[in-house]
Parts: sequence; structure tokens; C-alpha cells
Amino acid sequence: MTDMTSSVQSTFVRPAQARRDIGIKKRYAAERRFKAYGLAAILIGLFFLFVLLWTVVSKGYTAFQQTAITLPIEFSEQIIDPKNERGANPAKLMTANYPFLVRDALIKALGIDPANKPLVKQATDMVSASARTQLRDLVVANPAIIGTTANVSLLAEGNIDSANKGQIDLTVAEASRKVKDQQLEWMKKLTETGAMAKQFNTGLFTYGASSRPEAAGIGVAALGSLYMMLIVLVLALPIGVAASIYLEEFAPKNRLTDLIEVNINNLAAVPSIVYGLLGLSIFINFAGMPRSAALVGGLVLTLMTLPTIIIATRAALKAVPPSIRSAALGLGASKMQTIFHHVLPLAMPGVLTGTIIGLAHALGETAPLLLIGMVAFVVDYPGSPMDPSTALPVQIYMWANEAERAFVERTSGAIMILLIFLVVMNLGAILLRRRFERRW
Amino acid sequence: MNMMSEAAVEKALDQKMNTVPFKMIGKDVSVYYGEKRALFDVNLNVRENTVTALIGPSGCGKSTFLRTLNRMNDTIDSCRVTGKITLDEGDIYDPSIDVVELRARVGMVFQKPNPFPKSIYENVTYGPKIHGLARTKAELDQIVESSLQKAGLWNEVKDRLHESGTGLSGGQQQRLCIARAVAVSPEVILMDEPCSALDPIATAKVEELIHELRTNYTIVIVTHSMQQAARVSQRTAMFHLGNLVEENDTDKMFTNPDDQRTQDYIMGRFG
Repeated sequence: MTDMTSSVQSTFVRPAQARRDIGIKKRYAAERRFKAYGLAAILIGLFFLFVLLWTVVSKGYTAFQQTAITLPIEFSEQIIDPKNERGANPAKLMTANYPFLVRDALIKALGIDPANKPLVKQATDMVSASARTQLRDLVVANPAIIGTTANVSLLAEGNIDSANKGQIDLTVAEASRKVKDQQLEWMKKLTETGAMAKQFNTGLFTYGASSRPEAAGIGVAALGSLYMMLIVLVLALPIGVAASIYLEEFAPKNRLTDLIEVNINNLAAVPSIVYGLLGLSIFINFAGMPRSAALVGGLVLTLMTLPTIIIATRAALKAVPPSIRSAALGLGASKMQTIFHHVLPLAMPGVLTGTIIGLAHALGETAPLLLIGMVAFVVDYPGSPMDPSTALPVQIYMWANEAERAFVERTSGAIMILLIFLVVMNLGAILLRRRFERRW
Repeated sequence: MNMMSEAAVEKALDQKMNTVPFKMIGKDVSVYYGEKRALFDVNLNVRENTVTALIGPSGCGKSTFLRTLNRMNDTIDSCRVTGKITLDEGDIYDPSIDVVELRARVGMVFQKPNPFPKSIYENVTYGPKIHGLARTKAELDQIVESSLQKAGLWNEVKDRLHESGTGLSGGQQQRLCIARAVAVSPEVILMDEPCSALDPIATAKVEELIHELRTNYTIVIVTHSMQQAARVSQRTAMFHLGNLVEENDTDKMFTNPDDQRTQDYIMGRFG
């Protein structure tokens, strides 16, 4: 009898305890494993983010500096306007031989024999060909400068700039090197006298496309992008919000609206190049809009952004508690009043977040713009969205195809600028959400 | 003078309940949610300046009936109402009736306090604004003060009218919702379990408030608490499985009901 009770007790106690111990250990182990997987995933992500940023920044930070050569330029009347025709014909000033001014200044500064043509050529090669327009603009703006001598800071030619930043391998034989020994010697001399120095590269932000890296900038492309962003904002926000409000609040729930919903979700996943083709056939071929215009780019990006905004807006409208709707309806507000007085204001942070994320997406979009001709060499600022223009990411794409060393750093520099824009926009979205989010 | 007349009204109401005129009349009211029928030919009348309590187990249709009285069921797509409901002789389901106007006359307080996430002041003024009840700021201020006073909230919030309504305690929020409903001067106030989310002290305050509001408004209240029904109402209607089981004076209902099912429910034998 006693044996039985003790055996019953032991069999009753021991397996139960054993079972429980095993279960708990396993569960904790599973939890630890899961945490480790998560941590590993995040670390891998951070590693690649770091590699990306490191590559871009280490290659690109030098793009924000540009070597300039400051020379005392003698605006000699003999060269600019030998026959003194500028009073009668101001256009003469446009076609004067300004590079000669630079040549003469270099000969004087470096002490070269003017008769030694190859040497003079090497010297003038050190200054960017954009010096011509720079001096011309100076003279046209202020013709009184003719006959005087002024210190002018001229852009160094791209390869000289690269050499000055230490990016050109000097162990390579002189013949197969872009920068010659004589030029290096002059550079040393000019640097010692303070004539050659690195300065902040404002041109990167203001210039347009150029085949000379020192005169190339993202200014024109950024303006094109700005036009497109404005068009997207003005079109996609009201259309998207109106469509979402209709679908979410007014539309009957039936097969047709289900189909529309599925299609909107699908459209958000359609490759952007397809939108480019659509824009090409509808806006350019059918509607006859101009090629490579920011207007067409903006319309295409609007189509592309709409699904994102609609999905975000509908989610935000859905998240407004039904009790708020009941409260307003119970007071005798009409459906329209309920939505516009209460539901939409409460959904606004979500709507704006979706819009900003959609805009950021559109800002970085390249593929559809290639198809509507926005991959273009645009030198001048577009005066209106109808003028030929290009976009920031397209400019990056074009620079990435260039061979010069100076374009490599500019590509990375432009990527940094684009990334900063995107980070600022996304931060804005996060701040908006933090600031205006309501908790129930 | 005012006090006397109120006391007189109350006395009259308590003594001669059966002589009080009907404010709303429900005749053969049935409600369908799609294919499912939720109410079966309910005939229930609501007397003027009376608190009518609707009781019954969960899912019995009492909230559904309440929501037919100001057509809140209209907001549910699949919902269909048959029968006839009148407010002061006018059919409220008549196509010519403006639902906005109806809801201004028949206000509603919900189960969970649902103030707008705006200031206390804006919460109260929203109704008067959309119904054009006030022309000037002074008139609005007047409405806010009188509504909050009727809801017994004025002394607690008068110094912070422009703070958010969601920052109040649960009981205060519910009284704010009552003030918001009162602000549009309704004739009938519907309350859907107004105390179910409140603690006993807040509940007591709201019940006291209902008692006071009765002198000016007709009140229909859905409640799960027998004690609450007994405390605040003069008439009680018992629903079961979509049918109106019994409607009677509250005193009679809780002491000597006509129907066995009412007896069982009140005694806690089912529900």
C-alpha cells in the first residue's frame, strides 16, 4: 500500500517536472536564437549602409573643392577690341579673343618664352576653357574694365585639379600621363606664390552640363528636378487624396471597387520604366508635348506617385477611429462635414508622410525619365517646365558614364547631394508624424 | 419659480406615467443587417420628458433599436429598417426628412466617451456651428457655458476651456460628450450604455446628470446594469432575441413583471 502511494507520487511528480524544464529551456533558447537572428540582420544591414556611405563619401568629398588659379589679367584693349568698335557694336565684345588674355597672363606669371609655342600650349592647358566665358561675362557686365588689370580667379582644368588633389598617379610615365612634369613644376610654383589654391566648389551647385568637369554642375538638373517635384506635388496630392476619400468613404463596397483597389496596389508595384513608356506614348506621341521637358517628367512621376499616395492616404483614413465619425454624424454633421472637419485633419499626418515618401521616391527616379528624353545635355537653366531640362539622378547617371577622373568625384558628390535631399525629406516626414500624430 | 415647476413636473411624471404623451412612436419596427434580421416588429413608444431604459442580454437588439431612433443605422451599408417611427407625429424615415435635422433633434451619447481631439470649447461649439445656432462669439460662449453647466462639468473645466477634450478623465469626457449633445438643443437624447466605460463614482455623476436632464429632455438609455435602469428610468423595456418582451413602468418591471422572461433576466437566471 505504502509502496503504491510512493510510486504513484514519484511517477506523478517526476515526469511533470522534467517536461516543464525541457519546455522552458527550449523556449528560452528559441527566443535567444530569434534575437540573435534579428541582431545579425540589423548588423549586416548597417555594414552595407556603412560601406555604401563610405564609398560615396570617400570618393565624393573632394568634389566640393575646386582648384582655382588667380592671375592678374590685363584687360588689354589691343586684344579685346583693337579697332575700338564696341561703342557702335557691343556684340564685338562677345566674340573677342579672351583666351589670349589668359595666355599673356600665364606667360608673365610663369616667365615663359612667348616664342616657345609647345610650352605656351602646356601652360594654357592648365586653365579651364571656361575662362573664355568667365572673362567675357566680366567685360560685358563692366566694359570700363578694359584697359585695366584685375586679379581674376580662373578654374583650373579638370586634370590639373585632380593632380592638385593628389588623384593622379605620378609614377606613370610622363608620356601616358595627362599632366606633364613641366605642368607639375608650374603648379608647385603657383601654389607657393599663392596663385593656385583649392576653394569651395560653388560651381558644382550652379553650373549645368558640361564636357569639362571643372565647369559641370548639378544646378540645371536640380532646377529640372524642382519643377518636376512641384508638378508632382500640385497634381498628385489633391488627386490622390480626393481619390482615397472617395474610395474609402463614399464608394460602395462591391466587386468594381475591389477591382480598383487591387489595381491600385498593383500599380504601386509596376516597374517605373513602364510609366516612362506610357508617358512617351501618351504625353509625347499622342498629346504632342515637348520632349525632355520637366512638364512631361512631372506628369510621368505623378502617375508613378499616385498609387503610393492613395495607399498611404487610405491607410491613414482607415486609422481614424470610427467613434470620431459616429460622434460627428450623431451631432448631425453631414458625411462631407464629418470627413473634412474631423477625419481628414486627423489623417493629415499620415497623408503628408505618404506624400513626402512618394515625392522622395519620385526625386530619385531615373528610368522613366530616360524614355521621355530627359537624359539630355542641358547647359542652360530651363526657364519654364516646357523647356528642355534634366533631373538630378539623370545627371548622376550621365556623369557616371564619363571617363575623366574629375567626373568620378563629381558623380559621388552629386550622389551625396541627392542623398542629403532624400534624408532631409524623410526626416521631414518623420518629424511631421511625430509632431501631429494623435493618440487615442 | 423654475424650481417649483421642475419639481411639479417630476412629481406629475412619477405619479401618472401612463398619461404622459408619447414623444416618439415605434410601430412594427424591424431591422435587417443584410440577410440577418435583428429586430422583429417592435412596438415601443417613448414618453416625453421620461427616461426610458432598454435592457436585455447582449445581442438582443436594444442598441439596434436605439440607433433606429436617430437613423444612425443609415451609416451601415447593409442595414435596412422597416416599420414606422415618428417623432412628434412626423415619420423620421420619410424620404423628405433631412437626417441632419433629425439628428439635431435626436442627439446621441455613445458607449465609449468619444470627444473630438480638439479643445473642450471646440467640442461643445461644433454642433451649434454646423447647425447655425449662434451668430456671434458671445452667443457661442453662452452656449458653451450653459451646456457645460447642464452636463455638470462647468466648474471643473471653466478655467481650461481651450485645453484638449481628450485630456479629461473618462467620466469628464463622457459628460463633455453629453454637453456636446445638449449644445444643439435636442428634444431627445439617446444614450448607448453611457456608463459602461466609467468607474462607479463617474457613473454616479452621469446618473445624477441623467436625472436632472429629464426635466428638459426625453431620454432613451441602453444599459446592462439592472441597478442603473432601476435608478435612472421611469419606464423600462426588455428586449430578448430581437423581440420586445415587455415594456412597463420601471417600478412594476422590477417588482412584479408581467413576463416570465423579464423575471428570469432581472433575477439573473439568464443573460
